[in-house]
Amino acid sequence: MSAAKLVRTKIFPHTMLILFSVFFLFPFVWLVFTSLKSPHEIFELPPRIIPESFQWGNYKAAFETVPFGRYMLNTLVICLVCIIGQLFAAPLVAYSISRIPWAGSKIIFAIVLATMILPSQVQLIPQYIIFAKLGWINTILPLTIGAFFGAPFYIFLLRQFLLGVPRELSEAAKMDGASEFRIYAQIILPTLKPALATVALFTFVGAYTDFMGPLIYLNDAAKWTLTLGLQGFQQDHGAQWEKLMAASTIMAVPMILLYFFGQKYYMQSGSAFTGFK
Amino acid sequence: MIDSISGKTSSRKKGWTRREWHYFWLGLVFASPWIIGFLVFTVYPFFSSLYFSLTEYDLFNPPRWVGMDNYKAIMEDRNFYKSISNTLFMAFISVPITLFSSLLIAMLLNFKVKGINYYRTIFYLPAVIPGVASALLWTWMLNPDFGLVNIFLRWAGLPDPAWLLDPRFTKPSLILMGLWGSGAGALIFLAALQGVPQTYYEAAQVDGANWWHRFWKITVPALSPIILFQLIMGLIGAFQIFTESYILAGGKAGSGSSLGGPGQSLLFYAVNLYQEAFINLKMGYASALAWILFIIVMLITLLVLKTSKRWVYYGGE
Repeated sequence: MSAAKLVRTKIFPHTMLILFSVFFLFPFVWLVFTSLKSPHEIFELPPRIIPESFQWGNYKAAFETVPFGRYMLNTLVICLVCIIGQLFAAPLVAYSISRIPWAGSKIIFAIVLATMILPSQVQLIPQYIIFAKLGWINTILPLTIGAFFGAPFYIFLLRQFLLGVPRELSEAAKMDGASEFRIYAQIILPTLKPALATVALFTFVGAYTDFMGPLIYLNDAAKWTLTLGLQGFQQDHGAQWEKLMAASTIMAVPMILLYFFGQKYYMQSGSAFTGFK
Repeated sequence: MIDSISGKTSSRKKGWTRREWHYFWLGLVFASPWIIGFLVFTVYPFFSSLYFSLTEYDLFNPPRWVGMDNYKAIMEDRNFYKSISNTLFMAFISVPITLFSSLLIAMLLNFKVKGINYYRTIFYLPAVIPGVASALLWTWMLNPDFGLVNIFLRWAGLPDPAWLLDPRFTKPSLILMGLWGSGAGALIFLAALQGVPQTYYEAAQVDGANWWHRFWKITVPALSPIILFQLIMGLIGAFQIFTESYILAGGKAGSGSSLGGPGQSLLFYAVNLYQEAFINLKMGYASALAWILFIIVMLITLLVLKTSKRWVYYGGE
């Protein structure tokens, strides 16, 4: 291999990739090291990056300062209900617009696409007023009810996936006189499993990271989610960066684990748009 | 775009056969969750917010009709203009920078080198961190005295701005934070890049085109539909920036005392709307803001789509 080719195909790519990796990784390093510093080490000049000794107690302190277990539980309940809702509704609707030959399918698909770009703020205030009139403020209902009607993005994702499922699969069952519901439940749903896993994963991530929804609907601190709890922590213990970073790390860990174990599902969302037809 | 539903659906003859009715009801039943949700949570709120925008409403007393007063008041509201100019800054400066960075990262990830999967994992990692946690992390990263960014800048002998405390640097802080998360966009570009036939590049190389030419003449046109998609989503996203601003400005849950940050430099459209609706309880006024938002977003989308005919190439045309 010539020197020029070696530079072009190996040295240059790796140099660039490593430089970018440093930019992407260093904030994580900073996050974890800060979470392990002692309070006076945080404000030491000149600052040191690696703590003198690891203060694992900061994590315990973060849990004791605010009820993180409670926030975690509240968040998980919301996530779970949303997942159930999306897994019920999104595949039904996707099936209707991709597998059933009826007049509404194209119209619904067009509207589903259009609503993906509709800013949620336009509906926000009337929705709040509806939920207030129903007495649902300070409950998880406003944050979860929407999932039972299917989110446009997941309907779109499942439709894309369904286009790739061979029709012969259901045709044979139809010949045998199976009803549409049976075909859906016993033949189509099982083939959709990987796509449904993607929907469940994204629903979880979406509900777990949501901030504005809980901020608007949950006033009672006992009902707060992790995002609200973390923000409240910032307010009340603003200068205690070591605890705040420990709390942030605790919150980020489930997302990082999900990412490591579910990488292929993340990749699917990337390709859903490129195979868009 | 919408072509895949098998024949027979759009037969426009008078009177449907039994089979067609059968499928109509079946389709309706399967789609009913979405239809109900769409009517109750999209269509109804959409129009009722138009009604509320013509009233004065504080949630406790019944709405009072005020005609166009809210819209007139908005036209004289300094916060409104401040929020528009801050938001447009993000839309026209931050969005293109982030898009370019995503594209660059995607191209790096498209190198055929050893360990590329590890790099891909690292580049995407920041995108999975919850917005609140990453905003808190960056608040600390950008601490003027003790933050990592300024430690580095001082070490390199560069000026060390006060970042989140200086109105001139709050939005650049937000851009920096956005760049950190640009691996998400890169992943979508990467999937598209891998679909570009290698023969295009080989042919161009034979013709003596350099890297720069290949980028502008092959990569960008081939990816233009995805660039368009990400551009539109980015622009719409700019009008919805909320969490990052709320955390970076250090707002207090419930009181909203310091929404908008130093010199209102982080007062974005969605933040202003939230403030009017849920802190000042001016539901009518905020509904008018929501409708103006809707119109702006539609105009921008149409404008981008219109100009896109000149620079977006769809394969096979």
